[in-house]
This record gives sequence, C-alpha cells and structure tokens, in this order.
Amino acid sequence: MSKFTRIGLAAVAATMVSGAAMADSAKLGIRSEPSSMDPYFHNLGPNNAMLGQIFGRLVDWGPKMDGLIPRLATSWKAINDTTWEFKLRKGVKFHDGSDFTADDFIFSFKRADGYTGGNSSFRTYTKGKSVKKIDDFTVHIVTEKPYPLMPNDMTSIMVISSDVKGSGGSANMGLKAKDFNNGTATIGTGPYKFVKWRKGDSLVLEKYDGYKGPLAQPWDKMTFKFIKSEPARTAALLAGDVDMIDNVPTSDIGALSKDKRVSLSSGVSNRVIYLHMDQFRDKSPFVTDKSGNPLDKNPLKDARVRKAISMMINRDEIVDKVMEGVAIKAGQLLPEGFFGRSEKMRPQEYDPSGAKKLLAAAGWGDGFGLTIHGPNDRYINDARICEAVAQMLTRNGIPTKVVTMPKNVYFKRASKGGPNKSPEFSFVLVGWGSGTGESSSPLKSLLATHDKSKGMGASNRGRHANPMMDEVLLKALATVDDKERGTLLAKATEIGIGEDQGIIPLHYQVNTWATRPGLKYNARADERTVGLDLVKE
Amino acid sequence: MTVINEDAGVASAGQGSEGVETPFQRFVSDFTESKIAVVSAFVVLAIVFIAVFAPLIAPTDPYDLSIVTVADKTMAPGAVMQSGQIAHMGTDGSGRDLLSGMIYGLRISLGIGIGSAVVALAIGVVVGLIAAYAGGRVDSVIMRLVDMQLSFPAILIALVLLVTLGKGVDKTLFALIVVQWAYYARTVRGSALVERRKEYIESAQCLALSKARILYRHLFPNVLAPLIVVGTMQTAHAIALEATLSFLGIGMEQTEPSLGSLISNGFQYIHSGHYWISIFPGLALLFTIVSINLVGDRLRDVLNPRLAK
Amino acid sequence: MTVFIIRRLMQAAVVVFFMSFLVFSGVFVIGDPVDILISDEADEEDRERAIAALGLDKPFHIQYLRFLGKALQGDLGESFIFEEPALLLILERMPATMELALFALLLAVVLGIPLGMWAGLKPDSVAAKSIMTGSILGFSLPTFWVGIMMMMLFAVMLGWLPSTGRGETSEIFGLEVSFTSWDGIRHLLMPAINLSLFKLALVIRLSRAGTKEVIHQDYIKFARAKGVSRNRIILVHVLKNIMIPVVTVIGLEFGGLVAFSIVTETVFAWPGMGKLLIDSIGLLDRPVIVAYLTIIVFLFVIINLVVDILYSILDPRVRLQEMKA
Repeated sequence: MSKFTRIGLAAVAATMVSGAAMADSAKLGIRSEPSSMDPYFHNLGPNNAMLGQIFGRLVDWGPKMDGLIPRLATSWKAINDTTWEFKLRKGVKFHDGSDFTADDFIFSFKRADGYTGGNSSFRTYTKGKSVKKIDDFTVHIVTEKPYPLMPNDMTSIMVISSDVKGSGGSANMGLKAKDFNNGTATIGTGPYKFVKWRKGDSLVLEKYDGYKGPLAQPWDKMTFKFIKSEPARTAALLAGDVDMIDNVPTSDIGALSKDKRVSLSSGVSNRVIYLHMDQFRDKSPFVTDKSGNPLDKNPLKDARVRKAISMMINRDEIVDKVMEGVAIKAGQLLPEGFFGRSEKMRPQEYDPSGAKKLLAAAGWGDGFGLTIHGPNDRYINDARICEAVAQMLTRNGIPTKVVTMPKNVYFKRASKGGPNKSPEFSFVLVGWGSGTGESSSPLKSLLATHDKSKGMGASNRGRHANPMMDEVLLKALATVDDKERGTLLAKATEIGIGEDQGIIPLHYQVNTWATRPGLKYNARADERTVGLDLVKE
Repeated sequence: MTVINEDAGVASAGQGSEGVETPFQRFVSDFTESKIAVVSAFVVLAIVFIAVFAPLIAPTDPYDLSIVTVADKTMAPGAVMQSGQIAHMGTDGSGRDLLSGMIYGLRISLGIGIGSAVVALAIGVVVGLIAAYAGGRVDSVIMRLVDMQLSFPAILIALVLLVTLGKGVDKTLFALIVVQWAYYARTVRGSALVERRKEYIESAQCLALSKARILYRHLFPNVLAPLIVVGTMQTAHAIALEATLSFLGIGMEQTEPSLGSLISNGFQYIHSGHYWISIFPGLALLFTIVSINLVGDRLRDVLNPRLAK
Repeated sequence: MTVFIIRRLMQAAVVVFFMSFLVFSGVFVIGDPVDILISDEADEEDRERAIAALGLDKPFHIQYLRFLGKALQGDLGESFIFEEPALLLILERMPATMELALFALLLAVVLGIPLGMWAGLKPDSVAAKSIMTGSILGFSLPTFWVGIMMMMLFAVMLGWLPSTGRGETSEIFGLEVSFTSWDGIRHLLMPAINLSLFKLALVIRLSRAGTKEVIHQDYIKFARAKGVSRNRIILVHVLKNIMIPVVTVIGLEFGGLVAFSIVTETVFAWPGMGKLLIDSIGLLDRPVIVAYLTIIVFLFVIINLVVDILYSILDPRVRLQEMKA
C-alpha cells in the first residue's frame, strides 16, 4: 500500500509539473453550467459569468462590486434628469474582424428588449428605456422618469455583432439560441473566443489576439469542466485534473487549507441569507401553540416578537459551526463596501434573556410553535442553517420544526403555494444577491409593499408593508445624486429592518475557490467564476 | 434491476422426508451447515432488534431539537457533547450523535425495506394465486402486466414515480411497493401452477371445497418456500434502492435521514477528514444488506431441491 | 413474426402513453421551472412573460393535448432550459451512455463467465466459495457508494486514474467515442468497472448455476466416457449450454445498465443521458424528462425483441409465435 501511495504521489507530482509546463492553458472545474451561449436567453449567474468573457458590455462591475469599470463605453454621464450619454470605445473589433460601433449596441439592445422565448428575459434592464444613436461612438439612453441606476443596468446587456448571419426567421432579429450554441453567432468583442461547447461536459475558450479593453488575458486557452457533484469537484482538483474549482464546500475548507496541493481564496458576496416571517395573515398556517394546535392569532405580526426571534439566533454559532467560519454575520441587506448601506446598523447580538423580556412584553411569554421551511440545494449549507435556527428557537421557548425541500419544489410553494397564490409558509429561509450592487434591489423586492402592478415587493414572501418605507424608497429610486440616494436607501433600510424587523438577516455568504499552488483566484463579490480572474502568482 | 431468481421461480415441491426429522428440523440442520449463513442470520436478528427498539437503545434522541446543537458539529468519535454524553461514533454535520442517528436511520431504512417487501408480497401473492388459479384470460392479462413491468429496471420505475409524487417516506414506500409486487406475483404463479396440477389440489376440488379455501389452505403454504427466498432478497434490494434514490436526491427528506441519506450527507464530508460521517453509516448499510443477502442465498440453496447436493 | 413485432410495438405505445401522462401531470403539480430559473431581479410582469413563453400558463389538459399532438408527429417538445429539441439533446448524449454501458457489459461477460464456470466446476474449492461470496458483495454494495470509494482510492489517494468526466473523443461513423485514445480509456475505466459490478455478479451466478446443471447431464457424461478432452467439454459443450440463459439475461440487463448509468454518471460526472435526466429533474425540465423516458421505453422494447429473436435462434425449441407478446 505504501509503495502504491508513493507511486500515486509521484504521479500527482508529475501531473503538476506537466501542468506547469503548459501553464498557458487553464482547466477550471465549475459547478454550474450555462444553459445557453445566447447572451439574452437566460438571465442566470453561470450564463452571465461565462458569456461576459466572450461578449463585451458597455460597463462592468469591478471584481469586488465596489465600483464600475469602463468596457465598451469609455465614459458615461447623465446629461439631464432623464438622459444618459455613453461614449463608446474606438477601434474595437469583433472576433470576426468587423468593427464595433453604436449600431451594434443598438442592435443588441433591441434584441434584448424584444426577446421572445427564453427563460427570463433581460427586459428587466431595458424596460422603459429608448436608445438614440448620436454618432458612431455616442449613444443616448432616455427614460421617462429620472433613473439613477442606468450604468448599473448596462452591466447586464452584452453586445453582439449586428453583422452576424443566423438561421433567420423574424423573431429575435433572425438569431436563434442554437446559432449561439453551435458557435456561428457567438461573435463578441470580449477577450476570449468561443471554441466548443460539449453540453454536460466542457466548454473551451481561446484567447482573442485582437482584444482591446481593460480586461486581462492570463491564458491562451481555458477549458471549463462542469462538475456538479461537490466531492467530485474537490476530487478533480486533488487528482490534478483541473487547476481550479469554484464553490468549494465549507465542509472541505478545513482539510484543504492544510493540504499543500491546494491554495484557497475567498471573498464575501453580495448575497444575504435571511428569514422572512408571515406578517399578513391573522391565522398563519405554520404558527401553532406549543403542542402543535393551530392558533387564531399570529404572533409574527408583532414587531417585538420578530425582534425577539432575531435575538434568539446565535449568529456567531451559525458562522463558526454551520458555515465553518466562512460567512460574515449580517445586520442588513449588503455587506460593507456596498452602496446604500446604513452605517448605524449592526448584526443583532445573541441575547436570550432580552428575547424573553420582549416576548413577555408582547404577550407571548409562554412561547408558541413554528415550522421553518427552507431549500436544501440552493444556498451554501441551507438545510443546516434551518436546522441550527430551529435548534436555537427550540432551546429558547419556541419549539420549531424543520422542513426542507429541493429548490424546484420550494420556491413555487414559498412564493405562491397558498390560497390565491399567496405564500404558503409562515417562516422561511431565503437568500438574496443584489444584482444592482446596492441596496435598492433587495429593498424593492423583499421589503416594499407587495404590489404587482408597480413591480414592487415581487419576492416579499412575508408581505412586510410600511408606507413610510415605501415612500423613502420611491424617492431614492428617482434620485440621481449618489450621495443623497445613498442616505435615502440607508434610511429605508433602517425602517424596514431596524424598526420593523421586516426580515431577519443572518449572514452574508462567502464564496471560496481553490487552486493548485502557484495560482491564485481573485475572488469576486458577484459569486461569478471568471477565468480571467485566475492568475499565476 | 433484477433479483437473481435464476431458479427461485421454480417450485420446490414438498419432498418425501428421509429419516425421522421433521421438515423444519431438516431445514435448520441444512441451513446451519454454512457457518457464514448462521453468522449472517444472527447479524440480521441483531439489526432487526436494534431497529425495533431504537428509542430504547440509542443514547440520545437525534430528532429532539432541544438537545441537538450545532455546537457539537463534526466531533470525532469519543468526544463529549454539550449534553455531557459521549458521542461514541462522533457527531454528524448537524451536531447529532452519529450512533443515535444511525440507529434511527436503520429503523427507517429497515422499515421501508421490510414494509415495502411485506405489502408487495401480500399484493403479489393475491394476484399471483388468482392468475394461477383462474387461468385463461385473467391469467394472461395479469401476466402480461407483470412481464411488462419486469422488463423495466426497478430504479427507472421508482424514479418515474418519485419524480411524479415528490419526496418523502410515504412516497418512497409506495414507489418501492409498486416496483416489487410483480416479482412476487410471478414467483407465486409459477409455483402455484406446478402445485395446481398435483393430486391433492384435484382431490380438494373433487371435495367441492371453496376456491378461496383451496387457495389459502392448500396452494399458499406450498408456494411459501420460493416466496421466502425472493422476499429476503427483495428486502435487501429495497434497502439498497432506497439508499440509491436518496443519493440521487429524489428519495427521502433529509431532516429525518435514513441510512442512505446519512451516507449521502456524509458524502459531502469525504474530503474533510471527518471520515466517520460517511464511513460508519456506509458500513452499517453494507452489513445490513450483505447479511440479509447471505441469509437469502443460503435459504435458496436449502429450500431449492434442484440445487441441493 | 410480423404480428409478433407489431404487437410488441403497440404494447410499447401504450406504456409510453401511460407514462408520459403520469410524468407530465406529476411534474406539472410539483412546481414550475420558472420559479427556479428566473432571475431574482425580475418582477411579476417578467415572470408572467416567461411562464407564457414556455406555455405554462395554459391549463393542464391543453398543455398535455398540445404535447400529444406534437409527439405523434415525432416532436417531443423543446427543452425549457436549453430551448432545443429535447430529443436532440438526448440523442447528443446517447453515445456517451452507450459507450459506458457496452464497456461495462463487456467487462461483466469477459470476467463473469470464466469465474462462474470455475465456481460451477469446483463448487467446494476455496476459490469457488470466495467467488460466490464476492458475487454477493457485488449485489449488495450500492453502486453509488462503491463509486465514491473507488474515486477516493484510485483518483485521490493513488492518483492512477482521472476522477471524473469523459476523456478525449474522436469520431467513428459520426459518433463521438472515447475508447480510441489512452486518455479516453483512462476516463472510461473507473465508471465502467463501477457500473459493471452488479452485472458481473449476475453473470457469475448464472454461469455457475448453468455449469452445475449441465455438468451432470447425460451427454456430458457420455462425451467424457467417449474420451473427449476436458478442455473441449468445458469450452464447447458447457459453454454453449450456459450461453442461452446468459445471453437472455445479458440482453435484458443491457437496458438495466443504461438505466443504472444514471447513478454512475451522477457520481463520475460522465456526460451521458442519465446525468442529463437527473439534471433535468432538478430543474423540472419536463420535455427532457418525458423524452428521456419515452426513448428508454422504446429502447427496452427493442432490446426485449432482439433478445427473444436471439433466443429463438439459440434454442430451436422456442418458437416466437408461441411466446407471449
């Protein structure tokens, strides 16, 4: 056995040497496969991460999401309340050699806006906007009302070439998803060219020599291997089959940090994990008395009860034990460094006696029973977090049952499983990653009063409602001045979470990547795995 | 998937006894000839005992959230938990005592395995006897259904059902019953057809005994032997299948895990150095299935006259 | 013969119809893919558009009738996730699964028959007893657990074989295969062994049972008395006779291998159609789930048909007309 082990180690060493000799190509083992090569097909993390390397966007987030970087636009500004001007980069060529001009951007914008089919459109970012070509390298984007988030929205629209010929048809400007999947239309201005996609297995990209722009091109060739199973992904790295893996499971982090074959990098993300509580029903289906009989009053409607629950949760224990130290305690919607935070708010400290007093003051000193519902395959350790929360509440006088289910069942029920498409559950665990990189997105979706016609509170599964907060938020959404908007967003957060405890934030997710020694992944805040961020040390 | 009944479907006709032993004594002495089989039989008994008396045997109640705490997470075997109790086999990712978790998990796995086998057996026996006794149209319709189902692997049928029904103990149990009944039906019918032509049934018919009585009192006892063999093997098979479905993420809910879901949870810890989380439940499952199969294998050898030496 | 085949195909059509209804309604009740696919930022209007784009806003019976109508014309619908024909997606993945299953079958036969014959010829030897106990292990060990253990041992600890995925491929007759290169074989080896274990045990037991039975028959005794060499008896007479049950079962079990590759492919990230199925179940990609099962049912019917025909060739006593359709 020991002899075999030695041979095995020698083999591993040999792989690593050969890996080093061919240092210009990288193999990345990643969890989630994109669903399409068509940039408007599906607004999904893995798609946006992968395609951003092939296609350019006007503006992009810096890796930490703390500021915007110019890509196909060199500068942008609001020239009046309702018009934004973008100056485009000159001399940029597509992978097929054709020139990039304002026409390509407008073509792309129109295709994104009118996209039919697909799973979730990019209309979220094009809605209510119209584009005007001023000259070949200047465009104006006009809205009806003042719209401060224009540059943020433009980080989502990828630019395709208007010259590309697809399989025709009237829909989607004559380009079908399959034209992108087989490579014919996958012509961008990004630093890497599409080579081959073997669905379910791998995707190959090659360096584009004519690239012009701010991004680095650390590799000649990048192969992304899709390995969904977590232990298999770790095994692939340890066996030397890949140079890097993403989404390292927290359970492996302890052992990997001591393993000389591996180096780790991690970064806090824009995703907060939080609890939503039923605040709209007088009889909530999963709130009971202590022995499990239904209650005709809903204690969760009382802000003091919600605060007490927050106090019963030992966030340090969740971070240290459940998350193995790889998470950051949360007191609001976004971690430090993001826009629109409140500087006043801190994570709630564990305070069982304070919780008891508050519960008694609210008239619930004897406690009641709850069921927590959560997904078990969506967020890092989601089911375990539910268990831990239930343990803590049970110990503090609120006996809590745990029910977890796969995300394909969970989200439908959590959003509209009840009567009249109301949320089915009383107490749920969910996560939210802010795509706009600031707090208006979670405020609007999670805490604003649920109103389908206004597009507010779309994911407000607890139906928190406070007209005061809505007013502050709406004002913020129409304020172009950054400083003033930041203050308003902070104020909305203080009302929604600080005063109302509309949701209970638990922690911010931290993502971890692992590489071979000698390589380093510059961890991103948007949870994306991008080959460009894998560099040699 | 197929159970190895390369010969279980063939009837074991009651033989003329040699010497003065009763058939049961002879069965016991035949069975105990194989030491492995005897050991396995004891292991099976022990496992069933543990599963039945799980609440009394397990050191802690792994589902009582007022005791279980994440503070006890992934502790090595022998460590002391917050409650002051020793975790003899360590704790799992949620801070449960692994030994207790395994004992309760065994209860669920075995419950599903045996439960589904018993219900499927009951259905299979009734359907099989009806087919054999009624013959003609009824027989051909039933057997066509049986053949059709048996031509598909069990895992595929279970998968379709669970995709349709969703996860859960009741649904997994149901899926495993649907998967298994046809094996019994075929076995019973095969044996019963052979028995039916025998004289004692004919004489029973001549005596104008009721059909039900003939079926129950005369046919059924004589098809019991092959049923026991198939039943044993099927139980082991059902336990393994449940574990596999849980691994694929379509079997049981994870909050009150079976052995299979414990292994599947432990799979996450395979690189972490916390070897016990996946190895112990894996070994427990292994011992359970292997010993049941060894017993079944011996039963087949003993009960099947064709292969007896 | 023709009647026989037609009856079989009709039977398959009934199964497919029944199953598609079951799966269709089941997945319809469980959830809809939009909830997991749509971006967090989307508002209700976007959600409704996406639901309508997939045709999921229509009542169930309309959705099902629409599916049936198209299916009768050979169109099993487009994947919700990839928006490509579901049938095409599965056929694209089929060569990988077939390669894996055939390789596993080959291993099971090449190793299983000699081991089983040995155990049958010398039933009381230590070797025979070890082989038989080993075969029980082969039955008992759940495939996924063995797969994980193999991966730990051969890929992570010893570093002999790559842990996951499919190796280099090349095209033969328009099919992508990986057994032509060393890299491809290295990737194929572990999943194939993992998948074959169960069938290996089965082949061993069948060959043993067959051997034990044949060896006592008169014609073997006669051949022996006539002075035919032992090797010839074993290779010609015994082997020929145990081939009938082995071929039947192997034929039937090939379908089992294809089905069970779902597990092996999930463990080893093998890009076959089994992995596609599990991924599609996770994402509720109903057209792909239904299409996969439809294809599998037809595959099974064809396999059963071929086995029956082979059987009638191997054993002249069996006539197809007499077999139940």
